Amino acid sequence: MSEIDIRKVVQEELNNIAPEIDITSVDPAADLREALDIDSMDFLNFITAIHHQLGVDIPETDYSKLFTLAGTIAYLKAKLKLSKGSAGPPSGGQSSLSS
Amino acid sequence: MVEFRMPSLGPDMEAGKLVEWRVKPGDRVKRGDIVAVVDTQKGAIEIEIYQSGQIEQLLVNLDTKVPVGTPLARLRVEGEAEPGLAAAPPPPTAPAAPSAAPPAVEALVRPPPPPISMGPVAAARARVSPVARRLAEENRIDLSTVAGSGPGGAITYADVERELRKAAAPPEGKRALWLDLGAMRTAIAAAMARSKREIPHYYLEHQVDVTPCEQWLTQKNAPRPPNSRLLIGALAIKAAALAARRFPAFNGFYRDNKFEPAQAVHLGVAIAIRGGGLAAPALHDADRLSLDELMSRMRDLVQRTRSGRIRSSEISDPTITVSSLGERGVEALYGIIYPPQVAIVGFGKVVTRPWVVDGAIGLRSVVTITLSGDHRVSDGHAGALFLAEIGRLLQEPDKL
Repeated sequence: MSEIDIRKVVQEELNNIAPEIDITSVDPAADLREALDIDSMDFLNFITAIHHQLGVDIPETDYSKLFTLAGTIAYLKAKLKLSKGSAGPPSGGQSSLSS
Repeated sequence: MVEFRMPSLGPDMEAGKLVEWRVKPGDRVKRGDIVAVVDTQKGAIEIEIYQSGQIEQLLVNLDTKVPVGTPLARLRVEGEAEPGLAAAPPPPTAPAAPSAAPPAVEALVRPPPPPISMGPVAAARARVSPVARRLAEENRIDLSTVAGSGPGGAITYADVERELRKAAAPPEGKRALWLDLGAMRTAIAAAMARSKREIPHYYLEHQVDVTPCEQWLTQKNAPRPPNSRLLIGALAIKAAALAARRFPAFNGFYRDNKFEPAQAVHLGVAIAIRGGGLAAPALHDADRLSLDELMSRMRDLVQRTRSGRIRSSEISDPTITVSSLGERGVEALYGIIYPPQVAIVGFGKVVTRPWVVDGAIGLRSVVTITLSGDHRVSDGHAGALFLAEIGRLLQEPDKL
């Protein structure tokens, strides 16, 4: 999966939570929780959706690495590279998004 | 035969607009089924039916605004005999209607029944201030559609003005009604102004070490996939619900100059809506739900509230409210009681603070919990015990 694909999934999921905000205009280093005004329930829904879409396991202890857009992309890139060759997304994941 | 009526979804609701029927004549329904969607100041609300049976007749057209108490449909309750098909028409509720028309069609084109039978509403609607009447006449506003906010429900100049603004607004598209944040703000304003006018609030605050909750959650959530993880908010709600059960003076309604304790704990959860809205629908029997169940109901409730699909029972029957600022924001909030409730509990954000534990100073996660109580029902002493109980319950998360 390319960085562009990852970015697309992340942007889509954030857009589902904050439909009125243009995600592409958000500073990649800004705290998403502030920039998008999302609460802990929204954030959990975001993590749930990313887990579902990309099959990446995101333990709670890693949440802080996903507080910015840049951090999220970097984290997912690293995770997906690490698990390359291993099993793909879990059942329910959208394989059409894998490159 | 029973009549299913426009429910009252809060003390300030006078009328609602029927925007969707989810049933048709002949459908069987059971208690709790969603039968219609009504647009109110609080947004579009899914209306549940309180009796099982078969829908006999729909009495109100779509997009019609009718006062609370107006019959919306007739329901044949279980066990009741089917009426003779052609023999006798249904009970003579509409004697003036031409008997040749098929009942269902006739009902749909019939205008909503006059509000004569509805004592208080009818009486209230008769009172109109002279300036309001003149303004309404000048602008051809039907006063029977105007909700009065004056003394005893009298229609004031401002009410007619509001109706005028509504009439001037562009026609509503499809059903994007629920995100009418302007109407929601009006409803919040009415409820909160009434609260500050009528309820003598007292306020207490209590700082609680929630490190045990955080440690317990970390352990509990580690092996779980994201969709079954718990948030600290679920623990806060469960603790408040359990404490409310043990302290009945904070759980119930103050109506007609007296307090009626509630039999169950239907905990209202204050939910912020993007763009500046707020709703506090109920998590039913929150004190009896396991944490997992409570968490999944809370997720569902937040999601439905934010997409405008609250159910009538959820909006009308919270017995106490909890407002939580979550992980951002500030340390404490002092809530305004939502009438006719008698208490609201506030949770600020969790902060790290130096704290004395077992005679030594360490870093702990601390949350400020507040209580706004109704002094007509309880005193600060009882309030303090109630608030302390919530704090105590949060020390043993595994028992929640």
